[in-house]
Amino acid sequence: MAVTVRIPAPLRKLTDGQGDVTADGATVAQMVESLEKNHPGLKERLCDDSGSIRPFVNIYVNDEDIRFLKGPDTALNEGDSVSIVPAIAGG
Amino acid sequence: MTAKIKGLKCRECGSEYKAEAFHVCEFCFGPLEVDYDYEAIGTRLSRESIQAGPFSLWRYVDLLPVEGIPTVGNSVGMTPLVHAKNLGRKLGLNHLYIKNDTVNHPTLSFKDRVVSVAISRAVEFGFKTVACASTGNLANSVSAHAAEAGLGCYVFIPSDLEAGKILGNLIYNPTVLAVNGNYDDVNRLCSEIASEYPWAFVNINVRPYYAEGSKTLAYETAEQLGWQAPDHVVVPMASGSLYTKIKKGLNEFTKLGIIDAKPTRMHGAQATGCSPIAAAFAEGRDFVHPVKPDTIAKSLAIGNPADGYYALKTAAESDGRMGHVSDPEIVEGIKLLAECEGIFAETAGGVTIGTLKKLAATGTFHKDDVVVAYITGNGLKTQEAVRDHVGAPVQISASLSGFEEKFKLEDKGKRLSIQA
Repeated sequence: MAVTVRIPAPLRKLTDGQGDVTADGATVAQMVESLEKNHPGLKERLCDDSGSIRPFVNIYVNDEDIRFLKGPDTALNEGDSVSIVPAIAGG
Repeated sequence: MTAKIKGLKCRECGSEYKAEAFHVCEFCFGPLEVDYDYEAIGTRLSRESIQAGPFSLWRYVDLLPVEGIPTVGNSVGMTPLVHAKNLGRKLGLNHLYIKNDTVNHPTLSFKDRVVSVAISRAVEFGFKTVACASTGNLANSVSAHAAEAGLGCYVFIPSDLEAGKILGNLIYNPTVLAVNGNYDDVNRLCSEIASEYPWAFVNINVRPYYAEGSKTLAYETAEQLGWQAPDHVVVPMASGSLYTKIKKGLNEFTKLGIIDAKPTRMHGAQATGCSPIAAAFAEGRDFVHPVKPDTIAKSLAIGNPADGYYALKTAAESDGRMGHVSDPEIVEGIKLLAECEGIFAETAGGVTIGTLKKLAATGTFHKDDVVVAYITGNGLKTQEAVRDHVGAPVQISASLSGFEEKFKLEDKGKRLSIQA
């Protein structure tokens, strides 16, 4: 499945400055592997040593937080739009 | 004078960065925090130097992350610390205090503290436009301070906010963007916008500086208590940032010898309809599961609290408790504070008072402990929450007989005897 992934400013050094990249995968976890293949270094920014998504990283599939879906096992469909967003505070 | 800011430092992995408009560790995505040179600060900070400063939060400028003379918010802070004798009597507390930020200048909430710091810093960075993602109070304060500083201003809010909080933006003539979604949706959108536009988003790219403003609530409390820390504090929690920064402020004053060390117990308050931090505490987790908020306490309706992890840590380290209260209990809390102390708080204040009451009922406090409850916003902005719970005026005609029709003779008799 080809999906579009929005990359936040702090990670764009790893994507040659691109804010939108494409990636493949049937799940979010597979998408992370695909990102790592095309942009080495991204995975360790998104995941801790055990491979879990870091606590300060939010990932959204079509505007829904994956923690309300199936986490890293959330299924992706062709053309889905994925956003990676650092946690932010205040209100 | 030696610079007080060494730079920014990641709270998670310790990576160091220059003190720029930047909030996320490039390596681990952890939040960045201002790294101070406490040794240099310690050589010039004293109770006397603070008291010689202005009657505003800028008396603590040595511990705030601006480099030059602050440019906005000269009258922010130094709000009353009220000895709440009537409420204290009801709850069995001899030394209950209300830190009353319902009367903060200029927009009647604690957000004036964080915003005056954030925008003063943004001006130092050379930004011409400021922005924020907000549940209301923050947007009000950013709009007012942008007007004062003559900056462009974009505020993003959930579209279902209280009327007072929407008008409280528009009057300053910023661009108000009402987003069809909840605060977490607004927050995410703004995070994406902040990556594309050269604006100072006070709670995104300027967040490390912004969040420090909350420490002044702790400094003022300690100074107003006669240079001592309280035994307990009760603090409302949305993202958890204010709660952790009050602890940081007390720690800094202790470390610098301004106050004696005291193990202040930090208690956090949430609305039941949005209580991801309190739920994690109750279940003994050190991480937060996000929730979809459903509460009248809209200013606390953050389902994905970025500082939840640090709030849980602060509670554990200080033997604190975390409570939550239902919407009816929030309304009761607002009314209780108003009827006992003459202070009209917004819904977040109802959350704080409701939780304080529960903590008192479960024996958390000794009757002679010094307990400080933080009331962070003004009830006039959230009138919808209490409108149907406050009775109605007695309608009368403009005549003495019209008045007396509504009152019994014994009432009149009592008044006459008092006058005689």
